Amino acid sequence: MRKNRDNLKSPEHELRIFRVRALLAVVLVFALTGLLMGRLAYLQVVQHDVYSTRSEKNRVRVEPLPPTRGLIYDRNGALLAENRPTYNLTLVRERVEDLDATLALLVDLLELPDEEAAAFRVRSRQRQRPFQPALLMSDLDEDQIARVSVNRHLLPGVEVEAQLLRYYPDAEVMTHALGYVGRINAEEMATLDTGRYAGTHFIGKTGVERFYEEELHGQAGLRKVETNARGRVLRELGRTDPVPGQHLTLTLDKQMQKLAYELMDGRRGSIVAIQPQTGEILAMVSAPGFDSNQFVTGIDVASYRGLQEDLDLPLYNRAIRGHYPPGSTIKPFLALAGLAEGVITPDRTINDPGFYQLPNDSRRYRNWLRWGHGRVDMERSIAVSNNTYYYSLAHDLGIDRIHDNMSAFGFGQRVGHDVFGESTALMPSRDWKRGRFNQPWYPGETLSVGIGQGYWQVTPLQLATATAVLANRGEWVKPRLASHIGDAPLPERVPETPPDIMIPNDTWWDRIFSGMEKVMTGSEGTARRTGVGLEYRMGGKSGTAQVFSLGQDQKYNAEELAERLRDHALFMAFAPLEDPQIAVSVIVENAGGGSTHAAHLARAMTDTWLFRDREPDVEELREAMEDDDGRVAGN
Amino acid sequence: MGLMIDLSRALRPYPVRAPASGISRRRSLWERLHLDPWLLGMLLVLMAAGLVVLYSASGQRLEAVIAQGIRFGVAFAVMFFLAQLTPATLLRWALPVYVLGVLLLVAVELVGDVGMGAQRWLVIPGVIRFQPSELMKLAVPLMVAAYLSRQELPPRLRDIAVCLVLIAVPVVLIAKQPDLGTSLLVTSAAVFVVLLAGLSWRFITALAVIAAAALPLLWANLHNYQRQRVLTFLDPNSDPLGSGWNIIQSTTAIGSGGVFGKGWLQGTQSQLEFLPERHTDFIVAVLGEEFGLVGIIAILLLYLLIISRGLWLAVGAQDTFGRLVAGSIILTFFIYVFVNVGMVSGILPVVGVPLPLVSYGGTSSVTLMAGFGILMAIHAHRRLLPR
Repeated sequence: MRKNRDNLKSPEHELRIFRVRALLAVVLVFALTGLLMGRLAYLQVVQHDVYSTRSEKNRVRVEPLPPTRGLIYDRNGALLAENRPTYNLTLVRERVEDLDATLALLVDLLELPDEEAAAFRVRSRQRQRPFQPALLMSDLDEDQIARVSVNRHLLPGVEVEAQLLRYYPDAEVMTHALGYVGRINAEEMATLDTGRYAGTHFIGKTGVERFYEEELHGQAGLRKVETNARGRVLRELGRTDPVPGQHLTLTLDKQMQKLAYELMDGRRGSIVAIQPQTGEILAMVSAPGFDSNQFVTGIDVASYRGLQEDLDLPLYNRAIRGHYPPGSTIKPFLALAGLAEGVITPDRTINDPGFYQLPNDSRRYRNWLRWGHGRVDMERSIAVSNNTYYYSLAHDLGIDRIHDNMSAFGFGQRVGHDVFGESTALMPSRDWKRGRFNQPWYPGETLSVGIGQGYWQVTPLQLATATAVLANRGEWVKPRLASHIGDAPLPERVPETPPDIMIPNDTWWDRIFSGMEKVMTGSEGTARRTGVGLEYRMGGKSGTAQVFSLGQDQKYNAEELAERLRDHALFMAFAPLEDPQIAVSVIVENAGGGSTHAAHLARAMTDTWLFRDREPDVEELREAMEDDDGRVAGN
Repeated sequence: MGLMIDLSRALRPYPVRAPASGISRRRSLWERLHLDPWLLGMLLVLMAAGLVVLYSASGQRLEAVIAQGIRFGVAFAVMFFLAQLTPATLLRWALPVYVLGVLLLVAVELVGDVGMGAQRWLVIPGVIRFQPSELMKLAVPLMVAAYLSRQELPPRLRDIAVCLVLIAVPVVLIAKQPDLGTSLLVTSAAVFVVLLAGLSWRFITALAVIAAAALPLLWANLHNYQRQRVLTFLDPNSDPLGSGWNIIQSTTAIGSGGVFGKGWLQGTQSQLEFLPERHTDFIVAVLGEEFGLVGIIAILLLYLLIISRGLWLAVGAQDTFGRLVAGSIILTFFIYVFVNVGMVSGILPVVGVPLPLVSYGGTSSVTLMAGFGILMAIHAHRRLLPR
């Protein structure tokens, strides 16, 4: 019976089971569908805003449109800094099938060393999001562009992109005046207005490029684009055009600048020329210069080290950061201080036995001419660069009054209006020495300062500025580099200038000028050789700066060492005397053998500026200088 | 009764019942065609809606829509053909088809073609490219139902053991290919048969416990990409540009659609190619983005109606074999829907299950329509059989 029942199927029972199960299934189906609907309602109703935003972000990309950097012109409209299209090699990793093969092929095509493939691989990772092109190599030459283009079908994901890059046509000559741009670094990135600089890769690092960064840069624009998932732009949804940077016109004269650089003739040093009435810097040369274009694309380590380790310090902007003892070039200023303080009169004389002694001191402070100049008045003291006169004057003035009067000429201060990175150099004082060395000021130190030695250090720009103020009979102008921003002229004079310099009797300016003219043309003038054939009245003052220390390098051979131990030659001048159009300072490092070398350069500058229509003859000048360098001239 | 030929003594004879009282009434056109008009109508609506969405999802390529339409045509032909078979024929063919399917799976394992990182295709060059695992979606439940319908129900331990073997052999072969989606569907189809046959709750509980215990073992045997999918499911943002991308983009597409959607062809996620596999497995995201919650719910309701109708037909089937097969087919259909929508909306891990009759793809449509053909055969032939 039981066995029978086992084998017997019961359709009704099975149907009942099925019905129950089917009912359960329906319940489950409805419940699970309800779950799905709940989930969908959650996504589409509750979270709708979140996903809407996300989808919008997916679709719409805001692309920065970097502005074109303003160009820089010299005072005559010659181009000093331009933007040149360059070509960069980029790679989108997602589009590359075989990265190794692609990089190997690129290295092969561009004829680069094999190591470059590894560098390419590293750079191919440097981007912020997928499908963003990574920069493999910048500044491809035409040949390289052609090779990549021809093989494009083998190089999916590799593109040659055009980009505007700063270019300095006369980089070596101009760089210390212009400065240069370089890639924005992390530090700058942190402080920049990111909206303004969106898409900009370069920023002014030094010089005019840095000082006028705001004007030159402009304002970034934006473009809203719809892209697909691969980052391809499908259409433009909106656009704000960038505001291009403003062009900058400088006061510099490219011809003067070039001449000054040529005049340096491979020596180290600096020439600064200023228009005294306006403060316009006509030339500001620091030699040697360097090719700042290397810094735009990013200089390689070896080249940078080469520049850094170059004993001539080409990266060093001597014109505004070089510290030189002014030597005798400051004698006219000290004489003015003596007049202003009533310590001397133009006609009072001293007797120079060839040395000066402090009261109760046996030490002799020597004149450069061993046997002395005999009777010396103010004008002669300038013309022959007598030391004894200034020992006496300095002693009578005292360091405090020297400091104050010289500071009034801008020594020890930043004088430039729009000069980036200027050094104050050093105008010593009692307080300074106390603070620096915790020592009192000794009277002997005042005497050193009296002939522009000792602690006193000036920059070529300071010396040129002081000369300009002197040429203006005490009226201050601040030197400046820019004359126009866009089409708008900047005010002719910089409003905030130090107070003008007053002396009791205005005719005494002429007496100082007369002394300085005698330097050039007097029978005893220290630069009388330079003054030969002058077609206008010129005032100048020579100087020699003793080289105290040689720097660090001991490896250099004796000959080189000796060369670098020679004195610096300095000269300051302005012309024409009655209506000064140019004030100039010249410093030639280790020129030795007297100041005439620097004087020749100064005259070449004034000649060229005053006779702009003439062609300067650098060769002739060079011969004259070589002729002079052979002799031992006065201080 | 001449149609009834006993092929195997191993299988018990199909139970023959006494004829129903009186002769059958006049048969309608639908009855003569052996089709269920309600089910057919709803399937047609679903397919039409699917083609509309597909046009948008395929990047507005009419060719894709036409190709899909042709496949639907083929699928209808298959459905129509299968609807003409009697349940008895199906019962007789269950074993041979099952054996053939297993042999083909073994063949795939040995000489199969690799596509998309998995070995699923059997290719006779120039003739046909064919996935035997698709066949198993129907062959396995048919086999299990054929077996169980000859046993006294509810099934006893021995029956369950036999069923487990019947299920495990093909599923393991399919999972090895690897094809997680299909093995899941085959398993659920067969398990539905066993469950509908009245598997006792004790067994169900025990199986659930065993399944839970087997999870670590399963995990250990998963392919890396499969594990990655599961991990990504748990936290899509862990790999937003890799395997999390699909889920992030599909939930974004659905969520951004809102209640009424962005409009047909206006879905930015879909049209701008942010959505991967948007015309195949992820097509519901396109639907959700362009037609909103309203659109998805409409489609889900349509599915519910189809499933309800299918279950109704299953309950009305003449015998146990028919009921089990019909029930399994319609519940598996639901599994498609649930797993697909669940994965695209981010509540289930990504497994390759298409949205039935909407996703682009020929094989699954044909299999699904074949299933509906069988369902209709079971329904339409009940009065032809003597009661």
